[in-house]
Amino acid sequence: MVQDPFGDLRDLYQEVILDHGKHPRNHRHPADATHEARGDNPLCGDRITVYLRMTTSGTVEDVAFVGRGCAISTASASLMTEVIKGKTEAEARVLFECFHDMCTKEDADSHSHGPVDEDALERLAVLAGVREFPVRVKCATLAWHTLAAAMTGGLKATTE
Amino acid sequence: MPDTPDPRCRPQPPHKGLPAEPYDIEAVREDFPILSRLVHERPGRLGKPLVYLDNAASAQKPRAVIDAMTRCMKLEYSNVHRGVHYLSQQTTDAYEAVRDKVQKLINAASREEIIFTHNATEAFNLVASSWGRKTLGPGDEIILSVLEHHANIVPWQLIQAEKGFAIKVIPCDDRGILDLDAYAALLGPRTKLVSVTHGSNVLGTITPVGEIIRLAHAHGVPVMIDGSQAVTHMAVDVQALDADFYVFTGHKLYGPTGIGVLYGRKKILAAMPPYQGGGDMIASVSFNGTTFREPPYRFEAGTPPIIEGIGLGAAIDYVKTLGLANICAHERTLLEYASVRLAAIEGVRLIGTAPGKAAIISFVIEGIHPHDIGMLADQMGVALRVGRHCAEPLMERFGLEATCRASFGLYNTIAEAEALVDAVLAVKEFFR
Repeated sequence: MVQDPFGDLRDLYQEVILDHGKHPRNHRHPADATHEARGDNPLCGDRITVYLRMTTSGTVEDVAFVGRGCAISTASASLMTEVIKGKTEAEARVLFECFHDMCTKEDADSHSHGPVDEDALERLAVLAGVREFPVRVKCATLAWHTLAAAMTGGLKATTE
Repeated sequence: MPDTPDPRCRPQPPHKGLPAEPYDIEAVREDFPILSRLVHERPGRLGKPLVYLDNAASAQKPRAVIDAMTRCMKLEYSNVHRGVHYLSQQTTDAYEAVRDKVQKLINAASREEIIFTHNATEAFNLVASSWGRKTLGPGDEIILSVLEHHANIVPWQLIQAEKGFAIKVIPCDDRGILDLDAYAALLGPRTKLVSVTHGSNVLGTITPVGEIIRLAHAHGVPVMIDGSQAVTHMAVDVQALDADFYVFTGHKLYGPTGIGVLYGRKKILAAMPPYQGGGDMIASVSFNGTTFREPPYRFEAGTPPIIEGIGLGAAIDYVKTLGLANICAHERTLLEYASVRLAAIEGVRLIGTAPGKAAIISFVIEGIHPHDIGMLADQMGVALRVGRHCAEPLMERFGLEATCRASFGLYNTIAEAEALVDAVLAVKEFFR
C-alpha cells in the first residue's frame, strides 16, 4: 500500500473545509451593513473585509465577508458567518474566545469564558486541526479578529 | 485517493539531451550535510527526502563553511583589531583576508571599499542613514524600481519622513522587465540617487544594471545596486558596471547569516559620516570630541561578525572553486527544465518570464491559494516559499495577493525539479 502523500494534512483539510474554501457562504458585500472592518495577514497575503448589520440592541442581523485567502482562512470566514448570525455581540465574543482556545490549546475548556453555543462550537471544531500547525492559526482566526474589530467599530484588524 | 496523479495529466518531459552537468552534482550534494536529511520523519512514518527549493530566501551551507566557522571557534578565535596577543593577530589576519576575498569576488578597486554589515538590509540602512541624511532634502528625488525588496524601499522611506524628498518608481512590463524608457524619463536635475535591484527575488529578472548606471551617470547621479540575488548566480564586476554602491548578503551565497557586504566607491565613502558610533570606528575619543577612522572601519562600529566573516570567506572560496559560470549554467538548465514542465500544467501560470532570468520561478495555480500549495508541497518534502516575498509593491503590480516561489541553488537536481512538478500535480488533484 502506498502512503498518501498528504496523510498528515487530512485532519486539517477536511471535506467541510475544502467545501467552504471553494464555495464560501455569505461571500458578498451587503449594502446595508452598519459595521465593517478589514483584516490583513501579511504573512500569507490574506485580506478580508467583514460586514455586519447590527440591531440597536446589539444583535447580528446579517454578516458577510469579501476577499479570498487560503482554504483555511476562507473556510473559517464562511463558517463564522453561519454561526454568528442571530447572536448578540457578547455571545459572538464568547464564541470567538472559545474558538481561539480550540485553535491554540490542546485541552481547551469551552466553559472558561461563560455560557457558549455548544452546537456552534461543534461546527467550528473542523478547524481545530490548525493546532498542529502554528503558522496556520492566524489563517483560521483572521476572520474572527476582523469580526471583533468590526463590532468594536475599528477600521482594520491584523493578525500580526 | 490515488497517491499519484493520473499519468495522462502529466506533461511530457522535455526531450533528452539536457546539457551535460558542468560539475559532479552528486559530489557537490555530498558537500552539504543537510541535503541528505529527511523531513517529516517520526515514529511510524517514513520521512521524505528534503527537496530544498527556497534558496532565494537563504541557501544551505557546505561543510567547508561549517568547518571553517567551527575551526575558528575551536582554535583560532579572539576579538579582532585591538589585541597584541597571538590569537588576536591570527583572527584579525583571517578576518581581514575575507575583505580581500570579497574585493576579488566583485572586483572592487580596493579593499577599503568593502564594508562588512550584518546583512544586505543593514547595508541599505547604512547608506540611507549616512549618505541619504547628508545629501537628500526637499525637492530632491531618488529612483527605485517596482521590483525592489522591502530592504531597498523602507530604509529610504524612514529618511524620507525626515528629509522630505520624493521617491520615483521605474515600472516593469508583464514579463517583469524594467521599462528603461520610463526610467530615462524619470531621470532629471532633481534626481540624487538611483537604487535598484540586480536580480528580482520574486521574478528572477536580471536587470540591465550596466545600462541603468550609464544613464544615471550621464546625469551625474550615483547608483546603488542590490546584488543579493545576483552574486549567487553570476560573476559581478563593480568596476565594469561602474556601480557606486553594491550590496549583497552572505547567507544567500552559501555563507552564514549575520554578515553582509556593502561596496562603496572610495570617493563617496570618504565623504560619508559614520552610521553607528562605538568602538573600532574611531581614531580618537575624548569628551571634547571624537574623530573617526577612514573607511571601511568608520562604518564598522563595535565587534564585527568575526565568525560569520570567516564563514563567508569559506563560502566565497567554495563557489569560486565550482566556478560562478558553471553554477550559472547548471541553474539555467534547472530553470529552463522546471519552467517548461510547470508551464505545461493546466491552471499553472508563471509570474515573471524575462529572458536570462536567475533560477527563480514564481507561480500561481488557478483556484488554489499559494499558502495551501506550500503547505501541501512541504508534506512531500518540497520546501517552497509562499506569500508576498517582502515585495508588496511588486505583488500589487501583478494584481496578486501572493505567489509560490521555487528558487534553485547550485546543488539542486533535475530530479528535484521533477519532484516540484509532482508536488504541483498532487496539490491540484487534492483540491480537484
